[in-house]
Amino acid sequence: MTAHTMDPPESGGSDSTITLPPIAVPSPLDHLAPPHANSEPIHAFDPRHPEGTDQHVGGGTLEARAVSAWFGTNKVLERVSLEMPANTVTALIGPSGCGKSTFLRILNRMHELVASASLAGEVLLDDQDIYAPGTRITQTRKRIGMVFQKPNPFPVMTIADNVTAGLKLNGIKVHRSDRDDIIEHSLTRAGLWKEVKDRLKEPGSALSGGQQQRLCIARSLAIEPEVLLMDEPCSALDPTSTRRVEETILEIKDQVTVVIVTHNMQQAARVSQKCAFFLAEMGTPGGIVEAGETHQIFNNPVDPRTFDYVNGRFG
Amino acid sequence: MTSTMLDPFHDIAPDPDVAREIDPGLPREDKVFHLIARAIGIAVLAIMGAIGLFLGASSIPTFSRYGLGFFTENQWQPENDTLGISAVLVGTFTVALVALAIAFPLALTTAVYISEYAQPRAKSMLISLIDLMAAVPSIIWGLWGFFLLQPKALHFSHWLHTHLGWVPFFHVDTDPEAASWAQSRYTASAFIAGIAVSMMVLPMAAAVMIHVFGQAPIGEREAALGLGSTKWGMVRTVVLPFGRGGIIGGSMLSLGRALGETIAVVLIISPAFDIKFRPLEVGTNTVSALIAGRFGEATSAQLSALLCAGFVLFIITLIINTFAAMIVSRSRSGAQE
Repeated sequence: MTAHTMDPPESGGSDSTITLPPIAVPSPLDHLAPPHANSEPIHAFDPRHPEGTDQHVGGGTLEARAVSAWFGTNKVLERVSLEMPANTVTALIGPSGCGKSTFLRILNRMHELVASASLAGEVLLDDQDIYAPGTRITQTRKRIGMVFQKPNPFPVMTIADNVTAGLKLNGIKVHRSDRDDIIEHSLTRAGLWKEVKDRLKEPGSALSGGQQQRLCIARSLAIEPEVLLMDEPCSALDPTSTRRVEETILEIKDQVTVVIVTHNMQQAARVSQKCAFFLAEMGTPGGIVEAGETHQIFNNPVDPRTFDYVNGRFG
Repeated sequence: MTSTMLDPFHDIAPDPDVAREIDPGLPREDKVFHLIARAIGIAVLAIMGAIGLFLGASSIPTFSRYGLGFFTENQWQPENDTLGISAVLVGTFTVALVALAIAFPLALTTAVYISEYAQPRAKSMLISLIDLMAAVPSIIWGLWGFFLLQPKALHFSHWLHTHLGWVPFFHVDTDPEAASWAQSRYTASAFIAGIAVSMMVLPMAAAVMIHVFGQAPIGEREAALGLGSTKWGMVRTVVLPFGRGGIIGGSMLSLGRALGETIAVVLIISPAFDIKFRPLEVGTNTVSALIAGRFGEATSAQLSALLCAGFVLFIITLIINTFAAMIVSRSRSGAQE
């Protein structure tokens, strides 16, 4: 059997580029293949880590244990437990209204912003419960970032200020000289640098939908989270922007753990290594039916409901 | 260019780059409604214009008699045929600016607290309290200012004079260090009138700001919180910039009201016709207080002068409110994004 030749990815150093042959059809072995290249190589370095990209803080491990959620008296999630390993992309799939977004928002303590919301269970980031009394919520949300379904850049701020908004809001001081490098590095990671490098002073609202979403990703990445939660980030975007966002996800997964909620099963197959299938039957709270490696969920599901869903029988 | 042979619809849309005219085809009820709404709008503008014309026409005798000296003369002595509103205009703006200097920070902090930090049950009660404050009649504020506030506030005026009297703005023409300092020099001042007026304009500004803060988009709020921001960081980054139009618009509405506030000022101040920028000192006058005070005994010539002063106030308030409307409509909160 002839070996499938592929250029090995070059690692380390701030001036090396990653070049790979394009892979057109998502195959079950994709999660083993090196990530797809963005059209621009990542050559800008983050001045906070001058040793190089492979010295970045890696992703954190997220684990949910028996998480239940209510809105008022209405129970929406029933004892959901899920491990989201470090440096992997975990996809939460399932039909509308089964609690995927609610679960995601529990992972970074956004669920409690709703007045009537309550929850039970634990969420562990690197083995520490983020809901433990005395935990600083702002610190949790800095370590577990979020990208929302509808792109929400700060419309009045410039693109550059948008990227550094997270640093400012967290009181993270950066040298003036480093600021431009951080902006370039974050925008490059998000796949937006080439398109906006000449117009960093324009307001954030002047970009197209896909560009705005990538700006939000750059903004979240600038504060170096350990986990990035993405709530259907591509559902409002055109296919080109979707493709670029997916490329970004695959590139950053070595530095950040990603948990993505998606309606699009093909996207889940393309992007994730681990999948969890959520379902809420009529009148019952939502929960996980099956969770496992992506290729196993799509090709060899254990539960018949999973089989029906991934084969398009419903949802 | 397609030939008519290939394009069967060539006659219907001959030029591919020209759009066709569309008759909106409104039903009759819509047309009637448009007409009525337009008529009412025009009527409102016409009434405003009529008021302006009335005041303007009444001012003509005064202008023809005194000319532009009306604006430079500060004495008001009808028996000497010396009439001028320069001192009165200065006093009007002094009282209004004192009122705004007190009301603006209080309204802003109140609005931020009620809109962002108050518990839901407390929030509705606090908004009702603000509305109640707005409903208190002006004369009550005037009585409050004269009987309750003044005896206490003049001590504060004295304190300001003692410690900051080297600034001309805080100067009062008396000796603050004297053992029995002259209390009467601090009463009936623009400062005390300004405090009373500020209580009147504060609820209006706060209500506008609360309304505008509540409309800050939840997507941006969540973006800030999701980045790890504190509540105050989110307010600073999202709510206040979004509400800038409402903040400015509410403040200018307050300024407009403060310029015209009458009865409370009349009850508190002691009329004096000097051009001075010393709000702590006794004696000042505003256009509305002048009109209210002199109206009863005015001859027709003096009446014309009073109406002329009113006309000037009308124009000033119109300009300020126009600016405020422009700022609000160009802002995000005004544009209802």
